[in-house]
Amino acid sequence: MKRNGLLITLMAFLAFTWVLFNGGALGTAKADAKEALKAAFIYVGPIGDLGWSWEHDTGRKMLETEFGDKVKTTYIESVPEGPDAARVIRQYAQQGYKVIFATSFGYMDPMLEVARDFPGVYFEHCSGFKTAPNMSTYFGRMYQPRYLSGIVAGKMTKTNIIGYVAAFPIPEVIRGINAFTLGARSVNPKAQVRVVWTNTWFDPVKEREAAVALLDAGADMISQHQDTTEPQKAAKERGLMSIGYDSDMRGFVGDSVLVSPVWNWGSYYVTTVKAILNGTWKTHQYWGGLKDGIVKLSEYSPRVPQAVKDLVAAKQQEMTNGTWDVFYGPIKDQNGKEVVAAGGKLSDPDMLNMSYFVEGVIGKAGK
Amino acid sequence: MIELITSLMAITLRSGASLIYATVGEIYTERSGILNLGIEGMMLMSAVTSFATVYHTGSLFLGILMAMLVGGAMASIHAFLSITMRANQVVSGLSITLFGSGMASFLGQRLGPESNKGYLVGLVGAKFEPIAIPFLSKLPIIGAIFNQDILTYIVYLLLPAGWYYLYKTRNGLNLRAVGENPQTADAMGINIAKVRYLYTILGGMLVGIGGAHLSLSYAPGWTENITGGRGWIVIALVIFSMWNPARAVWGAILFGGINAVQFRLQASGTTIPAAYLNMLPYLATIFVLVILTWWEALSKRVGAPSALAKSYMREDK
Repeated sequence: MKRNGLLITLMAFLAFTWVLFNGGALGTAKADAKEALKAAFIYVGPIGDLGWSWEHDTGRKMLETEFGDKVKTTYIESVPEGPDAARVIRQYAQQGYKVIFATSFGYMDPMLEVARDFPGVYFEHCSGFKTAPNMSTYFGRMYQPRYLSGIVAGKMTKTNIIGYVAAFPIPEVIRGINAFTLGARSVNPKAQVRVVWTNTWFDPVKEREAAVALLDAGADMISQHQDTTEPQKAAKERGLMSIGYDSDMRGFVGDSVLVSPVWNWGSYYVTTVKAILNGTWKTHQYWGGLKDGIVKLSEYSPRVPQAVKDLVAAKQQEMTNGTWDVFYGPIKDQNGKEVVAAGGKLSDPDMLNMSYFVEGVIGKAGK
Repeated sequence: MIELITSLMAITLRSGASLIYATVGEIYTERSGILNLGIEGMMLMSAVTSFATVYHTGSLFLGILMAMLVGGAMASIHAFLSITMRANQVVSGLSITLFGSGMASFLGQRLGPESNKGYLVGLVGAKFEPIAIPFLSKLPIIGAIFNQDILTYIVYLLLPAGWYYLYKTRNGLNLRAVGENPQTADAMGINIAKVRYLYTILGGMLVGIGGAHLSLSYAPGWTENITGGRGWIVIALVIFSMWNPARAVWGAILFGGINAVQFRLQASGTTIPAAYLNMLPYLATIFVLVILTWWEALSKRVGAPSALAKSYMREDK
C-alpha cells in the first residue's frame, strides 16, 4: 500500500509538471543541420482541429520538404491569445529562431511588443494590421473562393435556404458571408442565407447544434466559418450537402461536402523563407488572393455537375485576371439600401471594416 | 410550432444526457464530502479512450466499459490525493483537469491507426443509434422522448434510481452522513475512507460515461476539446440541482436546451441577443447560490454537504 501510494503520487506529480511545462503538445525538432534557418510557428488551436491550425501546419511541412535541412521548423499548439503569447514568442526569439510565424489575430500586440526587442529576428503575423521594420502581416482574400463556393451552393440548393454557421461577428466573417451570399444569388436570386452565430471558433458540440437548428429551419445546405467539421457532419447525417472551409473537408466528412474554399499557406511561407534566405525580406502587408495561390477552391465532390464547375471556372478566371472582383457594384445591403453603386467597387479598407450584411442574408451582423 | 417543440425536445434530451451522467456522478462524489474539479479532464480522457476502443474493436459495449474504467481510474487518483494524502481537493481536482486535457490531446494523436499517422481525428467509428419505441415514438411532442439511443434511455432510469438510492436506502443515508458530519458517521461505525473512495470512483465512472456519450453518440468521433467546457458546466449544475440527482434533470434541460433554443431563434430570423440566453443558466446558478446563503433553513435541508472539500482524520476534533 505504502509503495503503491508513492508510485501514484509520483505519477500524478510527473503528469502535473509535464502539463505545466508544455502547456500543450511538444513540437517536433528535426535533426540539426549546421546554420539551418530556424523557423517557429505558433498556433491558436490544436493541429487536430483539421481546420485553421491544421492548414498552417501543412504550410509548415511544405517548408521542410521545399528546403530540406536548410530550414529547421518547430511549432507550438493551443497558445492562448494575449500575454501568454508574448512569453512564447520571446522564448523562441531568445532561442535563436530567425523567423516566427504567429497565426492568429490576437497575437498582434504581443508580437509587436517582442519585435521591438529583437531587431535581428523576422516576425510574421497572420490576419492583423500592425507592422514594424521587422514585422509583417499576411492574410488571404478568402472572400474570393467563398464567392465561388456560393455559386455551387446556390446552384445545388433545392429549398433555396442555405444555413451558415458563423463564429464571431467580425469583418472577416461578415465579409465571407456576404461574398458567399453574392455568389449564391448570382446564379439563384431566390436563394437566402440564414446565419447563426455560435460565438466560438472551436466548440464541436455547439457548432453541430447550430447546424441542426438551421437544418430544422429548412436549410438543405450548410456552409460555415468555424474551425471544426461538425456542421458538415450534421448535414451529412440528414442526407444533405454542405460546403467546407479551411481544409478540403471531403477527406474527413465525405462526398456530401461539395467543395471547400481552402487556405494554402505553404505558398506564402515558402516565398517568405526564400526572401529571408536571399536577404531580400522587407516589411510588408500581404493580402493575397486567388491569383497568388494563398487561397483556392479545393477539388470538387463527384456530385457537382460539370455545368456548375464551368460557371465557377469562368468567374474564377475573371478574378485571377483581375478584370472583376466580388465586391463590384451594384450591391445592396440587407435592408435594400444601395451600398455600392453600379460601376463602383469597395476599397480594401472598406472590405476590411465590413460590418453589414448584403441583400439575401437573414440574420444580424454585429451585436 | 409542434414540430419546433418536438425537435427542441429531441435535441435537448440528447445534449442533456451527457450532462446528467456527469452531474449525477459528481453529486454522489460531493455527497461523500469530496469535491472533484477534474470532471473536464476526466470527460475528455473517457471520450478519447472510449472512441479509440470502439474504433479498433467495433464494440460499443467495450467503449463504455473503457470510459468507466478510465473515469474511475482518474477519480481514484483524486481520491488517493484527497482522502489518503488529505491534499487540497481544489488543487488536486484542477491538476486532474489539466492533466486530462493534455493527455487526451496527446492520445488523440497516438491511438489512431497507422494509416492515419496515429491520429484519431476525422475517423468514423460505430456510434449509438436511436432506437424508436413503437407507437410511443410517433406521439407529437413527447415522441422524441421515445426515439433516443440506449445511453439516453438509461438516463431515464438513472435519475429516479439515483434519487432513490440516496434518500431511501441505508447506504444512501450512510453516504449523506459521511458528507454532512464525518465525525458522527465515524462514531456510528461507518468507514469514512471506504465510503469516500467508493463514491468518488463511482462518480468518476458516471462522469466517464458522460464523456463517452459525447464521442459515441452526441458528436460521434474525436475532436480535440470535444467537451468545450461541459465539465465546468457540470460543477455549476451540481449546485443548481442542490445536490439532488432528481433535480439534475431540470438543470440539464436548462443548460442543454438553451443553445438549441437560441440557435433556433437565430435561424428563424428573430434576434434576441444570444448573449442574454447564454447567460441564463449561470444566472440561475448564482441565484441558487445566493438563496442558499441567505436562507439558512433551506440550506440546512438542501444545501451543500457540510463537510464538502474538508479532509477527515479521526484525531481531528
